[in-house]
Amino acid sequence: MKPAPFSFVAPESLEEVVRALAEHGDDARILAGGQSLVPLMNLRLARPEVLVSINRCHELDYIRLVDDRLVVGALVRQIDAETSLLVRAECPLLATALPHVGLPATRNRGTVCGSLAHCDPLAELPAVALALDAELVLTSAAGERRVPADAFFITEMTTCIEPGEVVAAVALARQDPSERSALHEVSNGGHAFPVGGVALRWASADGVCTMARIAAFGVGSVAQRLVDAEEALVGSDLGPAAVAAAVAAARAEVNPTGDIHADADYRRHLVGVLLERGLLEGESP
Amino acid sequence: MNDEVPVTVTVNGRTRQSRVEPRRLLVDFLRHDLGLTGTHIGCEQGVCGACTVLLDGRTARSCLHFAVAVDGSEIRTVEDLASLDELHPIQEMFHRKHALQCGFCTPGFLLTTVELLERTAEPDEAAIREALMNNVCRCTGYANIVDAVAEAAVELRRRNPA
Repeated sequence: MKPAPFSFVAPESLEEVVRALAEHGDDARILAGGQSLVPLMNLRLARPEVLVSINRCHELDYIRLVDDRLVVGALVRQIDAETSLLVRAECPLLATALPHVGLPATRNRGTVCGSLAHCDPLAELPAVALALDAELVLTSAAGERRVPADAFFITEMTTCIEPGEVVAAVALARQDPSERSALHEVSNGGHAFPVGGVALRWASADGVCTMARIAAFGVGSVAQRLVDAEEALVGSDLGPAAVAAAVAAARAEVNPTGDIHADADYRRHLVGVLLERGLLEGESP
Repeated sequence: MNDEVPVTVTVNGRTRQSRVEPRRLLVDFLRHDLGLTGTHIGCEQGVCGACTVLLDGRTARSCLHFAVAVDGSEIRTVEDLASLDELHPIQEMFHRKHALQCGFCTPGFLLTTVELLERTAEPDEAAIREALMNNVCRCTGYANIVDAVAEAAVELRRRNPA
């Protein structure tokens, strides 16, 4: 099918973008890479009246360190984050996750922030954002607000973005060099969306786990931080008993549904398997 | 909102100007407005890869871009590969290795291969298979396509020694 008709504007600055959003309100959608939005428009599952392209806003195409955060602008393509030495050094979990996202051709165009704004429950990047204590920078004509990832993602395809707001950037926690992190997922073949996955990072000192962030995707209506599993790890020696406790906690706190790819029990089991695999095989940055 | 808007793109080295509705997909712009029907259209939702082109040097789904949104870009399509009397080495190897049957998916595979071999002169099989995830073939299976890409890499290195 072909998309329904729409009007198109392509401002050249963030200021003009928010002005266009203010003018068109609920009728407008942001077009970044378009790799999630355009399929929905082709299927007429999305019918925005106005598309506001940010592809000419070169000021949004940056990856930079700001204090304790790595900030990724809204126009950063996934492939450019994937190959960025700064990302690899400061947020190795993001660098590890990106090759799992979409396909080479969609990563060439799709953006990091666009995937977060789209909020697909099967997508890797929302879970990575949760694990990296991300803050979403939302800009509107009224100014800027920063929203923590766990308040940003609400449910399937739904975030807290208000009409008139654009995700201008995502600010990720810089990973400490001593941290370890991993992302594991299972899918039905390389092309397919994942059936379930886990993104995690953790740190330890003198044999004791001092920090853990665990987030699951594909096992609920939205990416989910697994706080009970984190609690099972922090303060532990990360030995077999602690890992088993974290696995049990993870399985208890997810609430997956079944579909043609996997039933709910399989997904619940999978979360534990992938968490254990991550803890055993996690890469040092 | 059906008003047409101007678009200027460079396609296969030629500047092309037209006026299109904003909803005009790049693949339809190439095929219907410019008459470049070598780019095929399959699923129209970014899954199959038949419509793959090079957009500013990188593979992209032309069904997932609006022509108006790529105004000012450089696009390469399958028509840019062969000369009038000679196939491109990648095409030649697809031919020799039986890497196509019906040929519908082939333009997309060829451009994915161009991107791969421009980035990596000597890809191993894993790198070839990773790149070919861009595209779906429903006739041949992928063994012959992987062989063709590997042979094309050898041929291109022979022609253009480092």
